[in-house]
Amino acid sequence: MASHSVVVVGAGQAGLETAAALRGRGYEGRIMLVGDEPSGPCDRPPLSKGYLAGTVPAADIALRPPSFYAAQDIELLSGDRVASVDRERRTVLLESGLRLPYGALVLATGSRPRTLPVPGASLTGVLTLRGLADAEDLRLRLSGPPRSVVVVGAGFIGLEVAATARGLGHDVTVVEAQPRALARALTPQMSARVVAEHRAQGVRVLLGREVSALYGDAEGRVQVMELGDGERIAADLVVVGVGVLPDTRLALTADLVVGDGIVVDERLRTEDPDIYAVGDCARFPSPHAGRHVRLESVQNATDQARCVAAAICGEPYAYTAVPWFWSEQYAMRLQMAGLTAVHDETVTVGDPDSGRFSVLCFRAGRLIGAESMNRPADHGIVRRLLTTGMHLAPDTAREPGFDLKKLPRTPAASPASPAMSVPA
Amino acid sequence: MAKITYKHPNGTVTILDVEAPNTVMRAAKLNNVDGIEAQCGGSAQCGTCHVYVDAESSVPLPEMDPVEDDVLYGTACERTEFSRLSCQLPVSEDLDGLLVHLPEAQS
Repeated sequence: MASHSVVVVGAGQAGLETAAALRGRGYEGRIMLVGDEPSGPCDRPPLSKGYLAGTVPAADIALRPPSFYAAQDIELLSGDRVASVDRERRTVLLESGLRLPYGALVLATGSRPRTLPVPGASLTGVLTLRGLADAEDLRLRLSGPPRSVVVVGAGFIGLEVAATARGLGHDVTVVEAQPRALARALTPQMSARVVAEHRAQGVRVLLGREVSALYGDAEGRVQVMELGDGERIAADLVVVGVGVLPDTRLALTADLVVGDGIVVDERLRTEDPDIYAVGDCARFPSPHAGRHVRLESVQNATDQARCVAAAICGEPYAYTAVPWFWSEQYAMRLQMAGLTAVHDETVTVGDPDSGRFSVLCFRAGRLIGAESMNRPADHGIVRRLLTTGMHLAPDTAREPGFDLKKLPRTPAASPASPAMSVPA
Repeated sequence: MAKITYKHPNGTVTILDVEAPNTVMRAAKLNNVDGIEAQCGGSAQCGTCHVYVDAESSVPLPEMDPVEDDVLYGTACERTEFSRLSCQLPVSEDLDGLLVHLPEAQS
């Protein structure tokens, strides 16, 4: 009986897509989707953008309407948590006391925001943004008259929140400890252009500056932020966007291998052949990185979900999807394809000053990815080149008049798939 | 209400009665129509809701905007003169009888 049931732990994008993809593939067993949020699976990207600004209504946040779960015979258990996994008996125990049998268990537990390790971090008005409840809280606080909003962390979440808050008329400061914004994600050229846009919009962006303390008023509401160099900034609201930690609690208690994330193989299986991990919480061998990585993106969540659903249905394949990410800030459409952190050469196409350009990233003469601002065709074409293994030499990209749109669609003579080894 | 037909590469069809407001993409996702991924949720970012509008179709469709045109350069399957992003096709009574063909792959 148990072999004909799947329990998915975590009802975010990865969890929901796993359940949906199982049914899409014709899986006929029991599917149980357990999520700790009281509402059903929701679309996270709008939470820092349209939903926060009030332009995307709550009804559009649900990834599927309530009728979907009944129609697909997916048992959605919202507002409950898995307390423990019994690998021998193949059951999970929920905090509500329910015990669910599984033939396959999928851990889609996601991640939670890091908090700020400084005095005053628990004052009222110091927030992180992850789920719908966080977004609702932040949306209400931003819906009033202009206030002093300080965002800690110039990563995607921080900058998206800053752009949204600025668009709502607030006085916004961004404080980033690294010497540049989006240092882990983008080339210096692209991150400089993004920061320039924030400054042009009137956001104060402080780079290479650390927060040392937060001070509140008599009621415990945040009022002032103090930086390491002694500067004090008025802060009615502090949004902390300093990265996330994978939620590995359950995997640890189930004695699975955990590093920065739940360690899985190329089929996204833990060392227990009946337990998989997908999405933000999974640390998997990436042919694009040449090592194990953990990726936080909708693309990764949905593609991994499909991969695991295929494995559970007896049609396993290795997870090799080309990673991609996007962000929207003001009128900037940022799109990233591939994993570009370890590149040794870049070629810029288009004009950075116009706000429409792409940075193509190469390693050892091979295209490994691209960052695009308001150049969606470049982004899509690079994704396709990476998927097909089609070669593009940096010298070709540097030729006058080079245009990705003019490249042939089909690979030429010697396509090469991404290698697992990375030159040091 | 509009009747929208999704034809899969293997010949099977899914027929949906879709209410406005909706898009051809969202209706497929709500009904778990395999073959429409829509990873970006309908913001014309990803090109994984690519469809081919049936060549014989006389159903009036909205003009393609430059962003949709750009995104279609990156689709997994060949772009043709019938290619559209289904997230950019809002459903109204006008679309009643629309037939779209799903590509072999979206990513």
